[in-house]
Amino acid sequence: MIFLQLFWEFFKTGLFAVGGGLATLPFLYEMGERTGWFTAHQVADMLAVSESTPGPIGINMAVYTGYTSAGIPGSLCALVGIVTPSIIVIVIIAAFLRAFRDNKYVNGAFYGIRPASTGLIAAAGVTVAIGALLRTDAWQGWSRFWTVLDWRAILLAAVVYAVSRKWKKLHPAFLILIGAVAGALFRFAGA
Amino acid sequence: MKLYWELFSVFFRMGAVTFGGGYAMLPILQREVVDNRGWCTNEELADYYAIGQCTPGIIAVNTATFIGFKLKGLAGALLATYGVVAPSFIIIGIIAALLQNFADYAVVQNAFAGIRVVVAVLIFNAVVKLLKSSVVDKLTACVFLAVGLLAFFLDVSPVLFVLIAGALGVAAKVLWKGAGEK
Repeated sequence: MIFLQLFWEFFKTGLFAVGGGLATLPFLYEMGERTGWFTAHQVADMLAVSESTPGPIGINMAVYTGYTSAGIPGSLCALVGIVTPSIIVIVIIAAFLRAFRDNKYVNGAFYGIRPASTGLIAAAGVTVAIGALLRTDAWQGWSRFWTVLDWRAILLAAVVYAVSRKWKKLHPAFLILIGAVAGALFRFAGA
Repeated sequence: MKLYWELFSVFFRMGAVTFGGGYAMLPILQREVVDNRGWCTNEELADYYAIGQCTPGIIAVNTATFIGFKLKGLAGALLATYGVVAPSFIIIGIIAALLQNFADYAVVQNAFAGIRVVVAVLIFNAVVKLLKSSVVDKLTACVFLAVGLLAFFLDVSPVLFVLIAGALGVAAKVLWKGAGEK
């Protein structure tokens, strides 16, 4: 029964992949090997597609695999499979937090967790910035460190930053559109 | 009824413009959910992200579930969650059916390189906003710096950072300050 199997495989991935979209990758590789639904190469392709379309990789892979193995009903089964574990877990935690909102231990824990969470997001942001603003493959040593700087990308970042500070009401999606158009017009990937 | 529909449609729109994963969604959440609708505060958002990083599932999905549950219980959680994943369902469905090598097109690669630059700026802005609500004294400033640096240079699970920081918070707020203080 392909539908149940799709649901169950992606349910397990959703249950055990902790820490965001990329954490699903090892589970997807393993699933592909075991079931033969997709190859490692297709996972890499899907990673590229996920980076160029909205939506998390885990969700996209579930929809893609479900579709290629059993059409639209298949992709629905895989999608419901991958989101159900997190819905269950988060609803339980949310209910717990609602009950213990005024508890001093819970408050103390979050007092410490909040800056840690911001630190994790900042670290992820630095990784994204390095990938977007530098050409690390052009590195020629410290004496010529500027060769890694992608000046066009840095200029775009400066313009987008200035626009986002000047017009604070502007929707982020509009800025993303600016980035897409500028990237396509000026061939940012060199493709 | 109106709020149910709004939950679904707000998260649907968010899912449709979130390129680059859960972190890129943060600035849009801050605008749509915190500033425009007051569904939660920036502090709560930081809490949801922290929990999302140490529970199963995808952060964007977990945050949607949290906010939906906070507003309208289980039904709200389901609506917000399926709202945020619905655009992926539609877009990937179309790509799987029509475009075999979507990511190989030059225009797609170039446009995405431009989008990545914007996402880096958006995350920077989001972090600046979060700092105001999460770094409130010297201890929280140290936690932010330590976790930021360690997470960047070491390949350690975020769960570990969240657990240690939580224990540190409890120790600072409850144990060191004495039993009588809240």
